Amino acid sequence: MQQPPIIQAHDLYYEIFNHDNQLRILQGLNLSIATGEQVAIIGSSGSGKSTLLSLLAGLDIPTGGSVQIQGNVFSGLDEDGRATIRAKTMGFVFQSFQLLSSLTALENVMLPLQLKNHPNAKELSLEALNKVGLSQRLQHYPKQLSGGEQQRVALARAFATEPAILFADEPTGNLDNATGQMIIELLFKMNAEAGTTLVLVTHDIHLANRCQRQLNLVNGRLEEVASA
Amino acid sequence: MMLIFKLAWTQTLNLWRAGALRVLVFALVLAVAAITAVSFFTQRVESALNQQGGLLLGGDLAVMADHPIPQAFIKRAQTQGMTKIMTYEFASMAIHGELSQLAEIKAVEQGFPLRGDLTIGATIGEAGQTVKAAPQSGEAWLEPRLASLLDVKVGDEVEVGEHKLRVGAILLREPSRGGDMFSFAPRLMLNAADLPATKLIQYGSRVKYQLLLAAEPKKINDYFLQTKAELGRGESIEDVRNARPEIKSALDKARQFLGLSAMVSVILAMVAMLLSSLPYIKQSLDTFALMRCFGARQNTVLQVLALQTFLIAFFSALFGSVLGYLAQLGLAKLAGSLFVDALPPVSAAPILVGFAASIMMMIAVVIPHAWQMRNLTAINILRRETLAQPISTQAKFLPAALVMGAMIFWQAQDTKIAVYTMLAVVALCVVISAFAYGLVGSVQRLFSLTPQNKTLASINLGIQGLKRRAGLSTVQMIGFSMGLMVLMLLALIRGDLVHNWQASLPSDAPNRFVINIQPAQIAGITQFFSQQKIKDTAIFPMVRARLISKNGELIKAAQWEDERAKRLAEREFNLSWAATMQSDNRLQAGRWWTQQEHGKPYLSLEQGLAKTLSVQLGDKLVFDIAGNLTTLTVTSLRKVEWDTMRANFFAVTPPGLLEPYAANFISSFYLPVGADAPLNQLVKQYPNLTVIDVAALMQQVRGIMQKMSSAIAYVFAFSLIAGVAVLYAALVATREERIAEATLMRVFGASRWQASVAYTAEFACIGTIAALTATIAANFLAYYISANILNIPFQFNLTLAMSVMLMSAIVIPLAAWLGLREFLNIPPRQLLNSI
Repeated sequence: MQQPPIIQAHDLYYEIFNHDNQLRILQGLNLSIATGEQVAIIGSSGSGKSTLLSLLAGLDIPTGGSVQIQGNVFSGLDEDGRATIRAKTMGFVFQSFQLLSSLTALENVMLPLQLKNHPNAKELSLEALNKVGLSQRLQHYPKQLSGGEQQRVALARAFATEPAILFADEPTGNLDNATGQMIIELLFKMNAEAGTTLVLVTHDIHLANRCQRQLNLVNGRLEEVASA
Repeated sequence: MMLIFKLAWTQTLNLWRAGALRVLVFALVLAVAAITAVSFFTQRVESALNQQGGLLLGGDLAVMADHPIPQAFIKRAQTQGMTKIMTYEFASMAIHGELSQLAEIKAVEQGFPLRGDLTIGATIGEAGQTVKAAPQSGEAWLEPRLASLLDVKVGDEVEVGEHKLRVGAILLREPSRGGDMFSFAPRLMLNAADLPATKLIQYGSRVKYQLLLAAEPKKINDYFLQTKAELGRGESIEDVRNARPEIKSALDKARQFLGLSAMVSVILAMVAMLLSSLPYIKQSLDTFALMRCFGARQNTVLQVLALQTFLIAFFSALFGSVLGYLAQLGLAKLAGSLFVDALPPVSAAPILVGFAASIMMMIAVVIPHAWQMRNLTAINILRRETLAQPISTQAKFLPAALVMGAMIFWQAQDTKIAVYTMLAVVALCVVISAFAYGLVGSVQRLFSLTPQNKTLASINLGIQGLKRRAGLSTVQMIGFSMGLMVLMLLALIRGDLVHNWQASLPSDAPNRFVINIQPAQIAGITQFFSQQKIKDTAIFPMVRARLISKNGELIKAAQWEDERAKRLAEREFNLSWAATMQSDNRLQAGRWWTQQEHGKPYLSLEQGLAKTLSVQLGDKLVFDIAGNLTTLTVTSLRKVEWDTMRANFFAVTPPGLLEPYAANFISSFYLPVGADAPLNQLVKQYPNLTVIDVAALMQQVRGIMQKMSSAIAYVFAFSLIAGVAVLYAALVATREERIAEATLMRVFGASRWQASVAYTAEFACIGTIAALTATIAANFLAYYISANILNIPFQFNLTLAMSVMLMSAIVIPLAAWLGLREFLNIPPRQLLNSI
C-alpha cells in the first residue's frame, strides 16, 4: 500500500535578486515524497538542488508556493515554528560536515539531543558513534579527525535523534572516492535500519542510483528519472 | 620590493574594508593615544614645574656655601658658557633714623633674577608691577613689613652697615623666597656692588653665598652631576627639581596616578588587541595560504606580513598620536593656569614613544603566528591544520605578555607598582580559571538534580560552553575582568585620592604662621586672636637643640651617606613639648605619654626622621640645649601629615622638661587671602614677631588638587573607552564561532529563544565571574595602592562592588545577545553558506 506523503511541495518558487538582476532558481516546482522513501535529487551545478533541500527542510523560505511536512504547512509558520518541526522530524548531513570545532565528537552528536532535552542524550550519542565505528574517538575534536571521520560523526549526529526524514546534501562531496563509498554504505545501512525517509542531493549518478527514486532538477522544475 | 609593498598595502586595505582590522586598529590607536596624551601632558607639567622651580630658585641651578664659592665651580660655569651671577644673604640691622630692625639682607649682582621676576611697588598697599631686574647700585628694596617697621617710604634712606642706601622700591613679591618658610627677618635687597661699602662681610661673618646659574637643561645636568661630586663641607647644590617640595609632593601623587591610568589603558588596549587579532590573523592566514598556493615563496609571504604589520602599526600610531595630542590639549586646558604661565609647548618625544609602542605591540601580536607559519605548507594553512607540535597557547601570548610587562614597567616608572600590577594580572588569570572551573562543575551537578525543562537545558548548554571553549572563555573573562577591575580600581582610588586631598587641606587650613613669639607675649597674643575672632590658634613652644649622640655614640655628619641625614645631624632641631599628640599626627610605634609621665625625659620622633637617622624605639639621644646635655629616650614614633600645613615638629617631649630653657613660640592660623589688616596690627603691637604668609602658596596647592583631579577624571575616560574596547573585542573574537553554533542549533530545531537563552547564559556566567574576580582584585589593589603608595586610608565600597556585579551580569550578556540577535532572524541556510 502506498504510504501517505511525508513531504509535499506545491508550486514552489525561489528567486534571488543580484544587482537588480532577478534570478529565478525554482519555477513552480511540485514534489511529493512518501514516508520511508529514498529520493535522490540530481542536477547540474547551480541548478538549485541545495536550495530546494533548504526549502524542504524549512531552513529557508520560498518566494512562492508551499511546503508541507507531515501535513504541517511551513509557509504558515515562523522561523521558530519551523525549527520545532525540524527538531521533531529531521536530521541533516552536509557536504562540509558542519561540525562545531569547539565540541568533541561526542558533544557534537549530543548537541541536537540536548536541545530536545533528551534524558538519555549521552547514551544515545555513544550508541550512534559506536554504530559509525568511532567509539574510540569520542573526545577528539573535528580538527583531529579526517574528513571521512568527520562525516561519520555527522552521520551519527543525524541518526542519533531518530528523525523521520534525513536530508543529505552532497554527503560525499568533500571526500575521496573510497571514503565516500564507505560513507554511502554506512548512510544506507543506517537508513535501512531506522526506516528513515531519505532526501539526498547529489550530482553523483552512482550515488543517486542507490535511491529508490531519482529526480532531476532542470530549469527550476523536477523531472522524474526512470530507474536504470 | 615594490611588489611586496603593493601586496601588503592592498591586503591591509582589504582587511580594513572586510572589518577584520577595525577593532585591532581601534585598540592600538587607543593605546597610543593614551600613552602619548599622558606623556605629552606630564612632560609639559614637568617642564612647567622646572620652570617654576627656576623661578623659586631665581635660576636653573644654585650652588650654595657658607663660605665664598670655590673658584673651580665659578670657572666651570664660565667655561661651559653658562649665565651666572652671585648673591649673598646674611642677617643684619637696617636702620632708619631712630628705628632699627633685623633684616635678611640679600645682595644680588646685576642680572638677578636669572629666572622669573620680582614684584615691586611705590607703596606698601599697591598691587605693584613685575620687573626682571635687581636694585641699582645705591638703592635698596624693602619688604612691606620692613618698610612699615622702619617707617620708610620710597625715596627715604636706610643704613645698612656703614653704607646708606636710598629706598628705591617696596619689594612686594620675591618668588625665590616662597619656599623658605622660616626665614625670620624681613627682606632688604641691595645691589652686590654696594656690598663692600657696607663692610658687613668680614672674616667669620655668617653669609650664605650663592652662585646662580642658567643654561640649557643638558649643561645644567652635566654641571649638577660634576659639581655635586666635588662639594665640600658647608657646600650644597640645588636644582629646580627640589625647589618646591610641598607642591611637588601633591603633583607627584597626581602624576603617579595619571601614569597609572595610562598604564591600565595600555594593558586593556593590549588585551583588546590580542582578542581582536584572532579574526585578523585568520583572514591574513587565508590570504597567505592562497598566495602560497599560487606560488609565492615563504620569504615573500613573511615580508608581506612584516610590511603589513608595520603599516598597521604606523598608521595606528599616526592617528593615535594626533588623538593623543588633541587629548593632551584637553588635559592642559583642565590643568589651566596651575602653573605660572601657560604650560610650555609639547616636545616630539612622546610621539616617538607612541610609534615605538605601536610597532612593538603589533609585532608581539603577529610574531607567534609568523613563527608558526614558517613551517606550514599551504595546504596546512588552508585546512587550518597546525603542526604536529604546534606552539602552545602560552607561547602564542608570550611576546604580548613581554611587551605588556615592558609597558607596565615603562609607564609605572616604579618597580614596586609594576611588579604588583603584573602579579595582579597573573593572579587574576588564576582566580578566573578557578572560578570558571568551579562554576561549570557545580552547574552540572545542579542541573542533574532539577526537573527536565527545555529552557533549563538551554541554560545548561550555554554554561557547558564555558567548558567547551575553556581557553577562549578564560581569555574573554580575563578581558572583561581586567576592564572592570581597572574601572573599579580607578573609581575606588580616584575617589579616595580626591577625598583625601580635600581632607588634608580643608579650606580653613592655617595659612599664616607667626614665629618668634616670646613667653611673655603669649597671653597678649592669645587675647588678640580672640578679639579678632581668629580661631584654631594653638601656640607651640620651640627650643633649639643640637643632637650630640645616640646610645652613647657621638653623632658625626660624615657617618651618613644620605644627604638629608647629614644635614639633620649638622643643623639645630626645634624641640617642642606637648601634653597630647596633635590631631594630624598618627602614632606608628610606641605610645604617647600619660599625665604621670610629664617631666620625664621622653621623646617622640617623626618616623621619617627616625628612619633617616636610624633611630629606633628605646634609643637614647643626647641633645645639647643651650649648653646643657640632656638625654632623651625615644618612646614613640609618629607619622606627620606635612600637607596639612599645620605647625608640626620632628621631635616632641612631654611638658615639664624643656620649660626652663629659653623657648620661642610659634602659632599658625587661617586668614582669608588679602585680609591682612589684623596682621599689620599684630606686627605693630609686637614688632619682634615675624609673620609668614603661605596663603598664596596654599591657594596654589589647592588649585593643583582641584585641577589634577579633573585631569585624572579625564585620563580615566581613556581607561573607560579601553575597557569597552576589551568587552567589544572579546565579543568579536568569538562571534563567528558563536554564529556557527547558534545556526547549527537552529538547523537541529532549537528555537530562537533556546539559542538566545544558551548564548546569554554563557555570557551571564562570563560577566558574573569577571565581575567577581574584578571586584576582589580591584579592592586588593586599591587597598595596596592606597596604603603603600598614595598613603591614604582605604575603604571598601560595597555599593560599587554590587553595582558592578549586577551590571556585568546583565549588560555583558545583553551586549552579546544584541551582537547575535540579527543572525537569529536570518534563515539558517544563508548562514550555513557563509560559515
